[in-house]
Amino acid sequence: MTVIDPGIETDVRPDTEPRPGIVPNFDDDAEGRRMAIICSKGNLDMAYPGLVLANAALGEGVEAHLFFTFWGFDMITKSRMHHLEFSPVGNTAMHLPIGDRHLPQALAPVPGMTSMATRRLKKQIADLGVPEVPEFLDQIVAAGGHLWACRMSADMNHLTMADLREDVEGIISAADFIEKTADAQLLFI
Amino acid sequence: MPVTELAGRRVHVDDEGFLTEYGEWDEELGRELARQIGIDMTEDHWQVVRFLRDDYQVKGETATSRRVQAVGGFPVKQQFTLFPKKPAKKMAYVAGLPKPHGCV
Repeated sequence: MTVIDPGIETDVRPDTEPRPGIVPNFDDDAEGRRMAIICSKGNLDMAYPGLVLANAALGEGVEAHLFFTFWGFDMITKSRMHHLEFSPVGNTAMHLPIGDRHLPQALAPVPGMTSMATRRLKKQIADLGVPEVPEFLDQIVAAGGHLWACRMSADMNHLTMADLREDVEGIISAADFIEKTADAQLLFI
Repeated sequence: MPVTELAGRRVHVDDEGFLTEYGEWDEELGRELARQIGIDMTEDHWQVVRFLRDDYQVKGETATSRRVQAVGGFPVKQQFTLFPKKPAKKMAYVAGLPKPHGCV
């Protein structure tokens, strides 16, 4: 008989018998794996997915590059990175804080709604021990992540390296980015 | 849960090899776990591992890299130096704790 399910061996072996050398395999699977994450959104809620994934990749030994473009540029712009907001406008999936109901879109543009939603989201994120965006980027850089700024976004907004976080490695063109991230897994957010 | 033999004794582990019984760990075993993954324990390593052990007792879950920095005071950069490539998992493994579940 040929066993085609490799799990069958562990299924039938009684667990009370000691098995030699069960040691996690920490080293080879991430070897050479690279990830490139394009951050194109400047809303607070859309800033986080790229950061969470980049941080997770680095923690798994995967090389990570973040490319900030269009509104995502705000995440690395010194004058703006502390003021990202979360707006319910146009977000039809947004729930009310209590009950299980959607926020009526007619209420979304009401003055004060965005700052209220931003405060609430910030609190929810902080309650999980997750840092604010600038501090999260500090952590990503400390873990070996690379930050890149988009040339076209910089030119459109008349921004230079002096306007950006110190740890941004360069303002690069789309072609440069494609070159730098050859063979990387690509994620657009 | 499988049983494996380390440092001359039997310990309970999960399928990947992370210890499942908090009480089965001591520093002698920690040193052996570290050796298995190519880490030579120094006082700096022990400080991190002791924080993880103590924090687990309080929180009931393994601290993430973020928490080891924010609460334990060990910068992420230092964690990568002490436990290269996959610090969160390696720290947990040496400390005889489950893999951390938090995303950040």
